[in-house]
Amino acid sequence: MSDITMNETAAKYSIGIDLGTTHCVLSYIDLNAESDQAAKQLFAIPQLSAPGSVTEKHQLPSFVYQAHADEINQDQTPLPWDSENTALVGDVARQLGLKTPIRLVSSAKSWLSHATVSPHDAILPFSSPEEIEKISPVMATSQYLNHLAAAWNDAHPDAPISEQDVTITIPASFDPAARNLTAQAAQDLNLKHLNLLEEPQAAVYSWLEACGDEWRDQVNVGDTILVVDIGGGTTDLSLISVEELEGNLTLSRVAVGEHILLGGDNMDLALAYRLKMKLMQEGKQLQPWQIQAITHACRDAKEQLLSDNDVDTMPIVIPSRGSKLIAGTMQTELTREEVKQTILDGFFPATSIAEMPQQNTRTALTQIGLPYAQDAAITKHIAHFLNKQHDALESDAGDFVKPTAVLFNGGVFKSNAISDKLIGIINDWLITADVEQEAKLLTGIDLDLAVANGACYHGYAKQGKGVRIKGGLASSYYVGVESSMPAIPGFEAPLEAVCIAPFGLEEGSNVDVATHQFGLVVGQPVKFKFFGSTVRRDDVVGTHLDFWQPDDLEQLPDIEVTLDSASRNSGDVVPVSLSVTVTEVGTLKVEAIANDSDETWEIELTVRQ
Amino acid sequence: MNFDLTNISELPAGPDAAHIALFALSLILLVITLIRGGKKTIEIEKIVEKEVEVKVEVEKIVEVVKHVDVEKIVEVEKIVEIKAPLQEASPAAACQLLSLLQNEARFVDFIQEDLTGATDEQIGAAARIIHTGSKKVINEYFSFTPIRNEEEESQVTITEGFNPSEVKLIGNVLGSAPYRGILVHAGWKISAVNLPKLAQGHNANIVAAAEVEL
Repeated sequence: MSDITMNETAAKYSIGIDLGTTHCVLSYIDLNAESDQAAKQLFAIPQLSAPGSVTEKHQLPSFVYQAHADEINQDQTPLPWDSENTALVGDVARQLGLKTPIRLVSSAKSWLSHATVSPHDAILPFSSPEEIEKISPVMATSQYLNHLAAAWNDAHPDAPISEQDVTITIPASFDPAARNLTAQAAQDLNLKHLNLLEEPQAAVYSWLEACGDEWRDQVNVGDTILVVDIGGGTTDLSLISVEELEGNLTLSRVAVGEHILLGGDNMDLALAYRLKMKLMQEGKQLQPWQIQAITHACRDAKEQLLSDNDVDTMPIVIPSRGSKLIAGTMQTELTREEVKQTILDGFFPATSIAEMPQQNTRTALTQIGLPYAQDAAITKHIAHFLNKQHDALESDAGDFVKPTAVLFNGGVFKSNAISDKLIGIINDWLITADVEQEAKLLTGIDLDLAVANGACYHGYAKQGKGVRIKGGLASSYYVGVESSMPAIPGFEAPLEAVCIAPFGLEEGSNVDVATHQFGLVVGQPVKFKFFGSTVRRDDVVGTHLDFWQPDDLEQLPDIEVTLDSASRNSGDVVPVSLSVTVTEVGTLKVEAIANDSDETWEIELTVRQ
Repeated sequence: MNFDLTNISELPAGPDAAHIALFALSLILLVITLIRGGKKTIEIEKIVEKEVEVKVEVEKIVEVVKHVDVEKIVEVEKIVEIKAPLQEASPAAACQLLSLLQNEARFVDFIQEDLTGATDEQIGAAARIIHTGSKKVINEYFSFTPIRNEEEESQVTITEGFNPSEVKLIGNVLGSAPYRGILVHAGWKISAVNLPKLAQGHNANIVAAAEVEL
């Protein structure tokens, strides 16, 4: 199927979009270029940088600003491709939001995978006054994509984005619903060739591209690569195994980690609060806007203080807000020791492989917000992942997976001290477990741009011009069914799970759940409980579980289907079987097929209450 | 009417001469404005006529300023031939750059501030804001390359046909090319400008909007 469409409209470019929590980047490769080595380029994205002013930047900050009617003159927001534009997306939104946070839409991506909020509900800016017009997380995401697409089309009138091979990156930990939502957000682009690619995989593609043919010298059959991708707001983990197929080295993504809302921004914020305490001890009180200024300054200072140099202190200056610069400016300093304590000991403590992240039980009246990671120790999250995935490899790994190579990605790793410490801790785990060989650190990627670069290289590799990573579903999926047993008053019938999609099911393939029939009521929405497991690799379609370890199966947002049928009466029960497809895009499609007719209904994976 | 007599006496010529010079200057500016107004070639004849009038006036002016004015007239004649010998620096772009420097580096705030009573420590703190912010603006919107790639303080040879606006010869400027000398300053050249584009009707004169917190 896909080959036919490719021939009809051959894409001129492979476009990679890093759809980040805090900013988006677009890279592209000319697929028709003659040279052997792919020449990727970074796209400069025109965007408003202030009202009335349009500038080109390589990053589009992932923010939308919902301006007040009296805030900005209407003619001050034109874009090169739309003189009537009124949307404030990108740099201008970020700038305005610094001073008026209640009108700033941010972190839409994190809300896409939020378990308790419907991503189609207009909820952002989150918990702002009612007067402010809200948009949904899907709508915000689609605004970023639409901006990128319009900018691309304006710069390439002869090669519209709809005809190109486009790869959008997503966290490896995104559940099927969040993946579908990302694809939905891209709907306005009318893309003929869309792929979703997991960010840690994109980082590996970027590494492959950077190495060229030499990657085969760096890893061998049987190697396991641990990818640690620390973004602004999330930490994403994956395992890639190096295998041999018909004499060639191949790569296969064998496991992905959980969604961890913990990233570089948390580190900058931690430093800012440390400085706030320090200033308070000197009797200086800080306003919220000053914290923001410190956070910003800490980011740059942190990089300096955690690099190989002899800088021991970095001055942090907080300018006044008024026009008098001298009188109102506050000054303090950040020392190497403080950064070491806060970042290296706080986020990367030297814990053992057995230490797991702490989960405090939340108080009953918790506010609905983003589920930020409670334990800041990234090393513990990595240990948890390696322990949990001990069955991921073909060979017996023992108690935990012992990676033979490690790839770090994300701006955080620009500080040598962080990558040195983390690889040191991982190697300590290996030594303690009597592994002779230390894990090798794979280098050579651009830590800020690897995801976008890797995404466009993925489109290039897909054309047979480079190595591909085998992926497939990173989880097996189950629906919950009530067990048939006599009703006992006061007790809910125990829940059993039926596997509807096995682990590793590849893009473009389809499975039918022939073993089970489900009865669905016509004319009203019917809900299923839905589960995923990243560890049960051997379950096949139809596997029936009546008992499982709490850690094995994770409950996902319910799936819902409404059967509208002209030929049936409302209230009729239709016997159906389920059919699951992993689309070429990489999203999951679940269909209910009537057993007594040829009717089919698509099942929504996106219901959240 | 409190004239500071000492200041006036410092002037090289009397006030009369100064007034005349100003008058002449304003006339010349008027001429330039008129010439600029008519860009079409058909109007060249008219322009030449006006020029003649000016020359007559110039001759009346005292000797001191005459030299300067004659030079200007020569330039005016060039205008007629090439149409644009003097380009006017765009005020919008200058205001825009100031606005960027103000937003990122608090540049205008700092320059407008009286530093008399400020301690070196305070000025040092402000200087950091100015430096990091200005650096960000300069690096973001301009790409610089050195004009000469040799080490400063090393011997260089300037070959014939060099561009005098790129390489400035100083000191014992004698003889003919090739010139041998010491590279004192490698020079800077802006290889690319990527200033933000402005919306129609955008008032670039507003360098920083007043802020009112609600």
